[in-house]
Amino acid sequence: MDNESQYSGYSYKSSHSRSSRKHRDRRDRHRSKSRDSSSRGDKSVTIQAPGEPLLDAESTRGDDRDDNWGETTTVVTGTSEHSVSNEDLTRASKELEDSSPLECRRFAGPVLSGILGLFALLTPLAFLLLPQLLWRDSLEPCGTPCEGLYVSLAFKLLVLLISSWALFLRPPRATLPRFFVFRCLLMALVFLFVASYWLFYGVRVLEPRERDYRGIVGYAVSLVDALLFIQYLALVLLEVRHLRPAFCLKVVRTTDGASRFYNVGHLSIQRAAVWVLDHYYTDFPVYNPALLNLPKSILSKKMSGFKVYSLGEENSTNNSTGQSRAMIAAAARRRDNSHNEYYYEEAEMDRRVRKRKARLVVAVEEAFTHIKRLQDDEAATSPKHPREVMDPREAAQAIFAPMARAMQKYLRTTRQQPYHSMESIIAHLQFCITHNMTPKAFLERYLTPGPTMQYQRENGRGRQWTLVSEEPVTSALRQGLVFSLRRLDFSLVVTVTPLPFLNLGEEFIDPKSHKFVMRLQSETSV
Amino acid sequence: MSFIPGQPVTAVVQRIEIHKLRDGDNLILGFSIGGGIDQDPSQNPFSEDKTDKGIYVTRVSKGGPAEVAGLRMGDKIMQVNGWDMTMVTHDQARKKLTKKGEDVVRLLVTRKSLENAVRQSMMH
Repeated sequence: MDNESQYSGYSYKSSHSRSSRKHRDRRDRHRSKSRDSSSRGDKSVTIQAPGEPLLDAESTRGDDRDDNWGETTTVVTGTSEHSVSNEDLTRASKELEDSSPLECRRFAGPVLSGILGLFALLTPLAFLLLPQLLWRDSLEPCGTPCEGLYVSLAFKLLVLLISSWALFLRPPRATLPRFFVFRCLLMALVFLFVASYWLFYGVRVLEPRERDYRGIVGYAVSLVDALLFIQYLALVLLEVRHLRPAFCLKVVRTTDGASRFYNVGHLSIQRAAVWVLDHYYTDFPVYNPALLNLPKSILSKKMSGFKVYSLGEENSTNNSTGQSRAMIAAAARRRDNSHNEYYYEEAEMDRRVRKRKARLVVAVEEAFTHIKRLQDDEAATSPKHPREVMDPREAAQAIFAPMARAMQKYLRTTRQQPYHSMESIIAHLQFCITHNMTPKAFLERYLTPGPTMQYQRENGRGRQWTLVSEEPVTSALRQGLVFSLRRLDFSLVVTVTPLPFLNLGEEFIDPKSHKFVMRLQSETSV
Repeated sequence: MSFIPGQPVTAVVQRIEIHKLRDGDNLILGFSIGGGIDQDPSQNPFSEDKTDKGIYVTRVSKGGPAEVAGLRMGDKIMQVNGWDMTMVTHDQARKKLTKKGEDVVRLLVTRKSLENAVRQSMMH
């Protein structure tokens, strides 16, 4: 009952026309200010009505794709986030085509290698158990050396199991277009190895029913040793070789020129592509198509060119080329002032953004002063001031109203409004309040365009990227290689240069050799 | 005025004879010198070769005996009364110029324009 006066001011404003809004605003300002002064003494949450109308003159310019939450700030009811704008529709359709139809393709490789690994691990146990099961009576008893071998076998199997689990059994985060050469090689090696062991086992042990059990145990132990060495080889080939940096990759985004440099080791092109994409999602600022082009007002002036009339009879074949060349030459010679307009437009844009940002920062700072965290002991010891205790969500909604308009205007000026819906802003506000963040920490998300990772939705479908390359994608990186990673509306071009070879010399400086003299330039008159 | 280590220095020089002026108790010549083997040669604005540690004329007072005799700013002094000035310290140079017993100093100075003039006259 203490808040509904302010909210009613908003909601009935929205239902009337815009022209009469300004008058109503001024009246409301006086009314709500007097209301505020009376209620401030005994309530902990007060909301001040804003001093400006909701829509100013320049808000009709620009995009009006997603502004349903700013004007009708019915904060309490919270119906606005269910309206689907055009942006949401295109994004949803993009999501649908992003999902690969065969989800299982992602897991085919690891499942195969998992089966092979399991088979290889169970083989020594099978080698040990089969003679026991089949011809136990005729086996020679085997004393302490066998027990030592049992223990070492068990321990080595345990080590193999744990290290395979730690290193190799991870869900892959990318499906590569071609086979991963080293992994295939290793799997083939393991398979051949185990198969040959089984072959020998079948021929030498099972057939003639070998009685020397100690030999069989030694055979199994040698298999496990060899598996350990293959695992060492796998570790070196798959993990270690590409850790030492050898190449420098320059990644440039084609649409807005954002670029980064990365150091990688010896990788194949497809693995380097996955590596680059991992870092793309956290390093590059998000691609905002609205920020790209020069405003049309600047570019269109160039195109009002000359009209070329041809007098007399000429050949019609070379007429068109001559004409276009003449036009281009004339356009180049003409004094071109569009850079001037671009400069002033940029300056104006900067000024506008800074103004909106200042307003936003002030509004947020003020809004945060209305909220105070309730200490545990205060709740019990102040019964005479019954405050309304709110959970973070309600607190966020309560202080969102005064900053809503400033936030909306700022986002619209920086063309960020497709990325932040009202619901997401309130959720973020709730998060910040819960973790005792200052207004600056809350604003950090909106003042700078963050990396693409920040705007990802949580879905398991994955991102579809296409690797475009002139070389086969399993070949290793080398100098001068260029490949690109294409997505629907932009692509990343990657150039490979080797890191320079460093010739490090040595120079020993004796600490006693640091001596100084004064510089003399005297002039004497004679 | 090129200097090759180990070789004798060759230069085109001009003889200048300065009569000292009596000013109270001391005899003044009317110019200032800079440079010397104990000084920093890179600060010398007049030398072509910034490792040249010779004695240079840094200032010539107007109307003084040095200007009257034909000494110019930027000249390098090679000899003073027969004493060598190319490998002396700053203080030694000063002493050689301000000997109380001498009224006249005879200098051998060199400057770039001398060499150019000689070269030009040899070409014609």
